[in-house]
Amino acid sequence: MADTIDVNGKQIAVDEEGYLANLNDWEPGVAEVMSKQDNIELTDEHWDIIKFLREYYEEYQIAPAVRVLTKAVGKKMGKDKGNSKYLYSLFPYGPAKQACRFAGLPKPTGCV
Amino acid sequence: MAKATFVVPALRQYPQVPAVTPGTMAHSAPFVAKPEFQAPLGFPGELADDWQAQAIAKMGELLGKYRSLRVYMDSCVKCGACTDKCHYFLGTKDPKNMPVGRQDLMRGVYRRYFTLAGRIAPKLVGATDFTKEVLDDWYSYFHQCSQCRRCSVFCPYGIDTAEISMAAREIMDSIGVGQKYCNEIIGKVYTIGNNLGLPGPALRDTLEGLEEDVYDETGVKVRYPIDQVGADILLVTPSADFFAEPHVDGLIGYGKVFHEAGVSWTLSSYASEAANFGMFIGSYENMRRISLRIREEAIRLKVKRIIFGECGHAWRVAYSFLNTLAGPWDFLDSRYPVPQHICEFTYDLIQQGKLTFDKTQNDDKILTYHDSCNVARGSRMGDQPGGQFDIPRAIIKAVCNQFYDMDEDTIRKRTFCCGGGGGLLTDDLMELRVKGAQPRVEALNNVMQEKGVTHMAAICAICKSQFTKVLPYYGMEMDQIVSLHQLVSNAIVLTPREDDEDDEDDDDSQALDDDDSESVDEAA
Ligand code: SF4
Ligand code: SF4
Repeated sequence: MADTIDVNGKQIAVDEEGYLANLNDWEPGVAEVMSKQDNIELTDEHWDIIKFLREYYEEYQIAPAVRVLTKAVGKKMGKDKGNSKYLYSLFPYGPAKQACRFAGLPKPTGCV
Repeated sequence: MAKATFVVPALRQYPQVPAVTPGTMAHSAPFVAKPEFQAPLGFPGELADDWQAQAIAKMGELLGKYRSLRVYMDSCVKCGACTDKCHYFLGTKDPKNMPVGRQDLMRGVYRRYFTLAGRIAPKLVGATDFTKEVLDDWYSYFHQCSQCRRCSVFCPYGIDTAEISMAAREIMDSIGVGQKYCNEIIGKVYTIGNNLGLPGPALRDTLEGLEEDVYDETGVKVRYPIDQVGADILLVTPSADFFAEPHVDGLIGYGKVFHEAGVSWTLSSYASEAANFGMFIGSYENMRRISLRIREEAIRLKVKRIIFGECGHAWRVAYSFLNTLAGPWDFLDSRYPVPQHICEFTYDLIQQGKLTFDKTQNDDKILTYHDSCNVARGSRMGDQPGGQFDIPRAIIKAVCNQFYDMDEDTIRKRTFCCGGGGGLLTDDLMELRVKGAQPRVEALNNVMQEKGVTHMAAICAICKSQFTKVLPYYGMEMDQIVSLHQLVSNAIVLTPREDDEDDEDDDDSQALDDDDSESVDEAA
């Protein structure tokens, strides 16, 4: 993994696992570039989740628990989408890890 | 699922010992901890010029401190009994993943500096200088051991490769070569209280959400209290139970069992972690610091009992070392075991006929059970020998109609590791994790084919996360792995309490998932 990513000509530092080195560096372009690295085309649904993650992080200094996230998604996008299967269909590497990376959050660590 | 950049091993009907292929995993090494992750644990940030002398001195210290380590170094007779017993060898074919091969990485250095023959004629006794190349090999292959102790069951001398790996990691940490995954996480326990770094407000928010969900589903108010001074029981559980699936379904189950037992209990935001990665890195000092948080909270919250949730190595640490690390526990109620496992608690209630189950709630599943290594080989449960095997199975059979064990060579004392234990549950070791899971997944696949098994229950946060991630590589579904107390949760018949009807909306929580919540609207 490169140590910086090029976001509209700006060099932004990332760590060895591809997460932002400085969380304040986030801008929508970061998600665009990272999703391109992973061959994902960002849709409105992806953006909804990225924004939710950022807001939750702002309030709690941690990514939301998977259940908190699926519940919020279910309320917003319909009950059939409020489950991890749906989130994995958007973020194949896992909503907690891949979506957090796009959203500029630190990587959740531990037994997850 | 992510696409594999390596070849996923095949699953066969009968296990085969692979042809030895040197070096297949020589490239595998986890990220090294940066200085900022080393310092809080009391380790140097990077290699110093005299690292070799430091490492040898540390090794001498450990050999003096742990008699067993010297015995393990001296007693191997190269009988070969262990060679095909390690899941990482079976999945990778790499001879350095044979337990004896792994031990020899340390044995060569031991012989060179701590035996007379090795000092005089190193070549004759397989002694090696502790060079940078040897250190790199150590870093790679001592991070390909999940410290599961399966090999020790088959070794006629009882040599425990897990202990050798722990010692090797301790030596490496002491010269500034730490593993990022473990050491960053231990730092989070010190600063925030748990491996995930979940602060108190996030925990409270998550738990309030669970109370709502259970009420919505069952109409019964089951509580998930936190930081309640004066509760009888302190529940210490892995932080993954708050965060991940299927872990959280197990946590929901614990709460329902406590509800039916009619006991008062609490979680703690300060001691919000059962896991103790201090063991994985072989550091007694860090293991002790992590354990002491539980003691401090037990005192502060004035509880009478401590119960551990579903976490494999936490139970080993708790069962075998808690008293030494953080005792004495004389302030707790001596009528109960210190500590107690949630499975023991649930099992006792079942024995006393205090829980009612509707087993048909699990009829959409046919179960098997994965014995987690640290529970199977590092601890016990209940007051009968083998309780750590029998109690979880007895609970499953009490709540499910259909249960089949996997092949007996792969369960109970001889269980195969999930492939992600011992501090290896990190994305940078995914190839190792997938390949190391092969023996377990093969046995699972066989009961799926022969008995129609659909789900596998476990009582370890690491096992659950590992299977969630690796089963898809083998063409299985991530949700085939379930928490044991998730099955309890599905089947338990809840008793409503008087206050369950008065449905005053608890609107003080969950701004997030109200339909008109600002945060969600803005996300649109
Ligand atoms: S302890 Fe487990 S992982 Fe380590 S060498 Fe022995 S069998 Fe392999
Ligand atoms: S089984 Fe024990 S004695 Fe035999 S080779 Fe393995 S470690 Fe050595």
